[in-house]
Amino acid sequence: MTRFVMAIDLDRCLGCDACVVACMTENQVPDDAGARLRMREVVMGTFPKLSGEFRPEACFHCDDPPCVDACPTGATFQTIEGVVLVNEDRCAGCKACMTACPYGMRYLHTEGYVDKCTYCYHRLKEGRQPACVETCPTSARIFGDLEDLNGPIQQAMANARSVDRVEAIGGATPSLLYLNSRVLGSRRSLGEENV
Amino acid sequence: MYDISRRVFLELLGAATAGATMASGKLSDAADAAVRLVRPRPWYEQRGGVQKTYSYCDMCLWKCGIVVSTVNGKVVKIDGNPADPKSNGRLCARGNAGVAALYDPDRLKKPLIRVAGSERGDGRYQEASWQAALDYSAERLLAVKQQWGGPEAVAFFGHGTADGWFAEYLPQAFGSPNTAKPSVSVCVGPREVAATLTYGRAFGGHEPVDWDETNYIVLIGNHIGENAHNTPMQQLADARARGAKLVVVDPRFSSVAMKADTWLPIKPATDTALILAWINVLISEKLYDWQFVEQYTQGFGQLAESVRENTPEWAAQITDLSPDDIRAVARGLAEAKPRAVVVPSRHVAWYGNDTQRNRAIFILNALLGSPGRHGGFWIQKAPWIEEYPHPAFGATADAGGCSAPGDAGGAVEAAAPHETRPRADGGDGIKFMTGSVAIQELIEPMVSGSPYPIKGLVNYGMNLFHSIPNVERTKQAVRNLDFYMAIDVLPMDHVMWADVILPEATYLERYDDLLAQAHKRPYIALREPAVAPLYDSKPGWWIAKELGTRLGLGAYFPWATIEEYLDDRLHTVGSSLQGIREAGGVLIQKGQPYIEDLEAAKKPPFPTPSGKILLYNEKLKAAGHDPVPRYVPVPEPPAGMFRLTYGRAPMHTFAKTQNNALLSKVMAENELWLNTDAAQTLGLTNGQYVEMENQDGVVSAPIRLKVTERIRPDLVYMVHGFGHQAVGLGRANGRGASDVSMQTRYALDPISGGAGLRVNFVSVRAASVEPVQASRRPGKAALLRKEASA
Repeated sequence: MTRFVMAIDLDRCLGCDACVVACMTENQVPDDAGARLRMREVVMGTFPKLSGEFRPEACFHCDDPPCVDACPTGATFQTIEGVVLVNEDRCAGCKACMTACPYGMRYLHTEGYVDKCTYCYHRLKEGRQPACVETCPTSARIFGDLEDLNGPIQQAMANARSVDRVEAIGGATPSLLYLNSRVLGSRRSLGEENV
Repeated sequence: MYDISRRVFLELLGAATAGATMASGKLSDAADAAVRLVRPRPWYEQRGGVQKTYSYCDMCLWKCGIVVSTVNGKVVKIDGNPADPKSNGRLCARGNAGVAALYDPDRLKKPLIRVAGSERGDGRYQEASWQAALDYSAERLLAVKQQWGGPEAVAFFGHGTADGWFAEYLPQAFGSPNTAKPSVSVCVGPREVAATLTYGRAFGGHEPVDWDETNYIVLIGNHIGENAHNTPMQQLADARARGAKLVVVDPRFSSVAMKADTWLPIKPATDTALILAWINVLISEKLYDWQFVEQYTQGFGQLAESVRENTPEWAAQITDLSPDDIRAVARGLAEAKPRAVVVPSRHVAWYGNDTQRNRAIFILNALLGSPGRHGGFWIQKAPWIEEYPHPAFGATADAGGCSAPGDAGGAVEAAAPHETRPRADGGDGIKFMTGSVAIQELIEPMVSGSPYPIKGLVNYGMNLFHSIPNVERTKQAVRNLDFYMAIDVLPMDHVMWADVILPEATYLERYDDLLAQAHKRPYIALREPAVAPLYDSKPGWWIAKELGTRLGLGAYFPWATIEEYLDDRLHTVGSSLQGIREAGGVLIQKGQPYIEDLEAAKKPPFPTPSGKILLYNEKLKAAGHDPVPRYVPVPEPPAGMFRLTYGRAPMHTFAKTQNNALLSKVMAENELWLNTDAAQTLGLTNGQYVEMENQDGVVSAPIRLKVTERIRPDLVYMVHGFGHQAVGLGRANGRGASDVSMQTRYALDPISGGAGLRVNFVSVRAASVEPVQASRRPGKAALLRKEASA
């Protein structure tokens, strides 16, 4: 069975925000609304003993996503390949899913529905990569089927020094893979890093 | 690629529509129905309606190849052109955001003429027709030429793709040598002069580092990733994935320092000491490439003698680094040689001794045997293409630029220029020794009239108040002019001081001259409009031709249309306008990147007078400069003050993009970086607004403080380009602070004319005034980019 996931090689990511902007134009995110994708910089230590990395974040397309359970209208659903989507025609804009998401990966679109990363589902249909993957200057992003043992995700995982997911919170179990993190693993909780 | 199976779509359909039927029973219909339920409906669902245009980007000066997608006459998406050697199908944040530059509601829309009786800077204008604005401009420029002794009294500044017309072609036709670009003396100028004095040719603006094959990379104050030039970001990531070692020398834990195997947090302004110590180790431990040195260099004995005392222990005292760390990098370089590079940076106008520091870098690389070698530096070659024939020029202009060398690909009709007065920047040995025109030294003749008055200024896209140090002096210079005209896309600070403002079409709405890119494999790229110009804006080439014709220079523009011009030039390389379109917007030629290629072609790899790399330079000695670079200390900040440094953010270009809706969304304002301990001492906290006061009592606009471990305690750092004071820029006006406003001083490099900008010191305190809020929306920078420290 297909399980679409994204892997991001944090050793390659330079935090340039190309993915953030490509996502906005591809998905026509309004200027005065939030964003599907954001860049986090994480630095640990004290001068001059420092380590750090950039960590792009978007919907982690969890297994058993709490946003789906929270949605009263059935607008948020998960496809069989694990992609969490919102049917905006059914969405009432009640934000229950935004409250349920422990990672804050959804925003209210100016047209009154909740929007989020779709892995550019409309592009997958055409056999194309998500916009963030296609534009990334450092090729930090890899997208594919986790279950394909010869596919790019398994290959990237096999070559990585480390593979991490952000910590599962409140039953949410993120599927997005961070490769070669200098920080995750030593300090797994996203909540702590926000301090 | 990823096929979504029939079953997947049936499942999706079931989940999404809760029982909707597939009336037609056709899979494609079902898939369409399922996807259409998920917003936003993508633009390319409008099948057949997407028009693709090949072009090259203008969001920064790197000029990546792009494919522009247009639907129903509106540009909706810009992607990298996979055939382009610079973008390789990928783009940075700015390249992706080009659509918001095109549809910026604040764009200049009509030609404007300053209201009679108003002062420059009042911002009072009346709309005019192109005919009237061009007639008036030409009349005033000819009056300046008439009254002030000739065409040299008009200066030309340019920055941007069409600056070839305004900072090279027009001034030469008009007869003025006083033409300049900021990309020289406040940017790469000292490096290119150093390269010429050492290797016999400029290094080249698309840094010819052999990333694909190098195994050891040293970056000194070089911010790949913050300075988001697309290609080196790609190449550095690939090199590191291959296992190349990375050393980053920087007083700040920059983005690329996070990636380093070794980060050397050097004391600011001491880099030359570190480089000399590396040279010392290579020589004293006999680790240099002796065969290369013997065959291709001269002056080794004098170099060895000169650096004898520059041991790692000596340098450690100066640089605040450990002798062991210094030695380890020298040995690492030696082990990897010649596949080892100490990368010459781009913006190098730091302290006024910048040619010498860059010469030290070029000498160090020569000892590693890396110039012209695999895994070292390759040698740039310009593509072959003929210039369009034109009458002899009235002057020889040397505006330079960051794309040098090799902009002139073909044979230019060589005719002696008319007698002109010498360039007014003192670059003919009066103020500095050599190099392209220094833009900041053309301000002085506007203020003092020495060596002769400059009374007219044609400014194409060059941000006068955000690029040249000592802004007050620049404003005084502009007040003194008889005539000042600006050609631009946005109502920038300096634009609203002009007597005539001409609205240019953006790069997505116009043809430009061909990009003739010197490269490993040199190439020619096409820029074509994706849509017609909005408002009453016009392309740069059209403005240059119309203005030139009115200046009596019509013979220099013998072509009727730009398509004819481009087509004729492309025929000289066996192609055509249609041909380059069909080739995917790019024509690639064969290069000569390595020493062996040049030697096979009987060309000198290092075209100095002796044909050797000059470790010791007689010409420098004769002009009274050190023939071998020495470490000369520069003044340090007094107690209670910090050295002001500045740099780039990957989502902004200079002072050009702060009003872009998409880029403003990801970074709306800049921050002042201050070390945690230093902030604590001053009682300042992260996120509060502070102000700077410099050594001359100039106080900055409020700027948000970033308290961080990522910087040494003796300097502050900010991203350049913010702090616009331009009411017409709805998003950018009054956001953040300007570094240039604090640069009341600069140190003139006596060799290259570079303006060293890191010689200003500031104190920091809580802001005494509220930040000016832009009219539209609060900044989201803090919301989108958080730093967490442990």
